[in-house]
Amino acid sequence: MIRYLAPLPVLLPLLGAAATLLVGRHPRTQRTISVAVLSAALLACLALLVLADREGATAVQVGRWGPGIGISLLVDRLSALMLVVSATATLGVLVYAVGQGTSDGTENTPLSIFHPTYLILSAGVANAFLSGDLFNLYVGFEVLLVSSYVLLTLGGTAQRVQAGITYVVVSLVSSLLFLAGIALVYAATGTLNMAQIALRMDEVPDGTRTAIHLVLLVAFGIKAAVFPLSGWLPDSYPTAAAPVTAVFAGLLTKVGVYAIIRTETLLFPGAELGKLLLVAGLLTMVIGILGAVAQDDLKRLLSFTLVSHIGYMIFGIGLGSASGLAGSVFYVAHHILIQTALFLVAGLIERRNATTDLDRLGSLARTSPLIAVLFFVPAMNLAGIPPLSGFIGKLGLLQAGAQDGSVLAWAVVGGGVVTSLLTLYAVARVWAKAFWRPVEQARVESDGSDLDAGPDETSGSFLVRQRPSTQLPRTMLASTAAVVLVTVALTAVAAPLYGYADRASVDLLDRTPYLIAVLPEDAR
Amino acid sequence: MTPNLVYLGLVAVLFSCGVFLLLERSLTRVLLGILLLGNATNVLILSTSGPAGGAPIVGRTPDAEMSDPLPQALILTAIVITLGVAAFMLALIHRSWVLGEREDVVDDPEDLRVISEHRRLDEESQVEPGESPYDSGDDLGPRTPPGVRETRP
Repeated sequence: MIRYLAPLPVLLPLLGAAATLLVGRHPRTQRTISVAVLSAALLACLALLVLADREGATAVQVGRWGPGIGISLLVDRLSALMLVVSATATLGVLVYAVGQGTSDGTENTPLSIFHPTYLILSAGVANAFLSGDLFNLYVGFEVLLVSSYVLLTLGGTAQRVQAGITYVVVSLVSSLLFLAGIALVYAATGTLNMAQIALRMDEVPDGTRTAIHLVLLVAFGIKAAVFPLSGWLPDSYPTAAAPVTAVFAGLLTKVGVYAIIRTETLLFPGAELGKLLLVAGLLTMVIGILGAVAQDDLKRLLSFTLVSHIGYMIFGIGLGSASGLAGSVFYVAHHILIQTALFLVAGLIERRNATTDLDRLGSLARTSPLIAVLFFVPAMNLAGIPPLSGFIGKLGLLQAGAQDGSVLAWAVVGGGVVTSLLTLYAVARVWAKAFWRPVEQARVESDGSDLDAGPDETSGSFLVRQRPSTQLPRTMLASTAAVVLVTVALTAVAAPLYGYADRASVDLLDRTPYLIAVLPEDAR
Repeated sequence: MTPNLVYLGLVAVLFSCGVFLLLERSLTRVLLGILLLGNATNVLILSTSGPAGGAPIVGRTPDAEMSDPLPQALILTAIVITLGVAAFMLALIHRSWVLGEREDVVDDPEDLRVISEHRRLDEESQVEPGESPYDSGDDLGPRTPPGVRETRP
C-alpha cells in the first residue's frame, strides 16, 4: 500500500501545477484544482503516517530499478510525520491565500503564476522529505528553492527585489556547497544512495569523513538558518506577501533541519560533531531571541523568533540521544504549525491596519478581539506556557539535556530556559503594544513618522495594496483559525504524538529499519 | 581513485575567483561569481569520475574502459539548474535597475533603522542637548539609505 501512496505527495502537486498553468485564465478553476490537489495530498500523507507507524520503514524503488541503482523514495516514521505536518500547513496557507486573493480582486491580474508555483513548492518539500538518495534530495531542495524565489519576489516591488536578490544568492551558495558535498561523498563512497552511503561511510578515513560531514552540515545549516549562518532570514522573509512568509517560515527552514537530522543519524551516526551542534544550537537560540527583543516590527520580530527556535531542534540533534532526537522531532512538528499560524495572524493584522510596525499599532484587543485570540494562543504556545505543545516540546528537550548531564548540555539547557523567557517577553511586548495599548497613545508616540513614511510597501497582498480595511475576508479568518486550532489540537494529542516521536527517534538511531527497507541483504 | 591535479587546480582557482566576485557589491559581478562557483562545483563532480574512458554505451565500449556516467548525469542536472537560476537572477537585477537605477547590494534598511535608533537612544542619554545625535562619525549609524523612512525626529 505504501508503495502506491508514497509518490503521491510529490506527483499530485506537480500534476496539479501543470493543470493550473493550463487553466491560468480561469482563476476559479485554478483555485479549485489547487485546493483539491493539496487536500488529496494531505489525505495521502495521513494514510502514509498510519501505515508507516504500523509497518515501519518502507522504500519505493522508482521505475523498478534495482536497489541502489535507481532513485529510492523512503517512508519511515520521521518522513511521514514531516509530510503530514507540512501538508497541513501548506493547505491552510493556500486557503488563506485564496481568501486574500479573492477579496483583493486580483482575479483578473496576471498573477496566475501563484498557484502553479505554490504547488511546485509543496512538491519540492515532499520530495525532500521522501528522498532516499542524496542527489534527489538536492533536486528536491532546488525545486522548492526555485519556486520560493518566484514566490518571494511576486509583484516585483523594489523592496521585494532587493530582499529577493539576497535570498537567491545565499540559497544558491548553500546549494552549491551541498552539491560540492555530494561530489565529495561520491568520490569517497562511489554511491549516492543514502543507505549505501551509510554502510560505506564506516570505511572512509576519519579525516575525510569529518570534512564531508562539515561541508554537508554547513550547506544544511544555511538552509535551516542556524547561527552564524542565519543572517539572511530576517532580512528576506518579512518583505514577502503574508501567505508566502507564513509558508516559508513554517516549512523551508524545517526542510534544512530534517536534512540535518538525516545526516546526523543515518550518514554520520555517533554524534561525532555533537558538541559543535550543541554550541551552534545555544548561540542560535540566544542570539536569535535577542534579535527578536530588539525589533519593533511584528513580522521581523517573528522572523527572529523563528531563527531562535531552530536552536531548540539543533540542541536535540546535538545531544544525539534517543530522547533528544524525540524532542527535536516533536519540536519540528510543533514549530512548523505554530510559526505558520503566527505569520498568518501577522498577515491579518497587516491587512487590517496596513502596517505591522508595533509603534503604530494599538487597541487591537478591543477593535478586533478575534485577531487577539488568534494571536494570543499561538504566541503563548511559542513561548512555552503549560500546558500547550510548546511547553511539552521544550520540557522534553530540557529533560534530554539534563539526562545527558555534561557541562555543555547543562549550559544549553540554561540557554533554552532563558530563550523561552525572552520569547515570552518578546510576544508579551507585542501583546502590550499592539493589542492592549490604546491606539491614541500609539499615534502620539509615532507622531511625525506617519507623514513621510506613507503606507508600508510590504503589503499583505500579492499586488501592493495599502489601504487598511476593517472588513476581513471570512476565508482568511477561518483558515487562520483552523491552523490555530490544529496547533491547539497538537496539545490534545501530545501524548500519542510524543510516543510516535519516540518510536521515530529509536528507528533513527537504530538505522537498521532504514537500511533493510532500502537495501535487501543481497544488494549491499 | 587517483585525483587529477589539473582538475584540482582548476577547481581551486574557480572557487577562489567565484568567492572573490561573490563578495562584490555590484550585482552583475555577484552573478558572475555564482556562475564561476557553479562551474567549479561541476568540475569537482567531474573529477570524481576518475580517469576518462570511452563512452558509457553498452555494446560499444567494453565495461572496463567505460567512463563513469553518473557524474556526467549529475553535472547535466546541475548545469540546467544553475542556468535557470542565473536567468532568474538576471531578471531580478534588471528589475532592480528599472526600479531604482541601481544594481548593487544595499544594506538592509530595517537593520540600519534599528541601529541608528539605538545609537540615538544611547547618545541622547550621554550627549548634551543641542549637539547633533547623528554625528558619531563611524560607518553604520548616521547613514539612512534613500527610501527609508526617517526615524522619529
